[in-house]
Amino acid sequence: MKITHSLSPSGLRLYFDGELDQCCEKKAKMQIDSLIEKYSNTRAVFFNMQALKFMDSTGIGVLIGRYKKLKSMNIPCYIENPSFSADKVFIVSGIYKLIPKL
Amino acid sequence: MNNKMKLVFPAISENEQFARTAVVAFIMNLDPTVEQITDIKTAVSEAVTNCVVHGYPEIKGEVILECELLSGILHIKISDFGVGIEDVTTVLEPFYTSKPFEERAGMGFTIMRTFMDTFEITSKPNVGTTVLMSKQLTKIA
Repeated sequence: MKITHSLSPSGLRLYFDGELDQCCEKKAKMQIDSLIEKYSNTRAVFFNMQALKFMDSTGIGVLIGRYKKLKSMNIPCYIENPSFSADKVFIVSGIYKLIPKL
Repeated sequence: MNNKMKLVFPAISENEQFARTAVVAFIMNLDPTVEQITDIKTAVSEAVTNCVVHGYPEIKGEVILECELLSGILHIKISDFGVGIEDVTTVLEPFYTSKPFEERAGMGFTIMRTFMDTFEITSKPNVGTTVLMSKQLTKIA
């Protein structure tokens, strides 16, 4: 899975492209954390999931961990355009109560 | 159209994608809907990930993935011969994880039970774990 990013006045956008499962979990966490630390003065972080072709509950663990980190930095985060696959897993997990869907 | 298959592979992370893709390939000529494919891929991924992460925490063993199509219903059986589960009732609770420090959501079994029509688990410590799931794909007239 590839993660790219963009910066705008609204915040830091992280684009997830590919499949997020336990296999690529460690690398994904490191990449996201490194971007969050690099842009630690951003006003918000958006997890853009439009190009995420597959996600299982590993993705929930990844996002909850990043949510906790961002919360400790007082940076709100959001899930943007979840793909069909990701959305169903998000709904079952209840994660939208923590990280709102846009 | 009845059919069956059996795959045996090492319980390594790389095979999570292989397993879920293989099961989808197995059912393709039944023209499953996008939702059915998503549900099945996710449930298989959760079950195989459990074998990799929990079944064999030290030395990696094998996973056996068996599928059978019977009268429009897909039956899936995923087995490992790893450490097994002491208390199945506890591990089935949503958000329970035996590895809280690894940022695990503890949602694997909840997803399997929600996305599939039927779900059963049997396990014995130091013997292994077997998950049985099924999903109706087509209605046979």
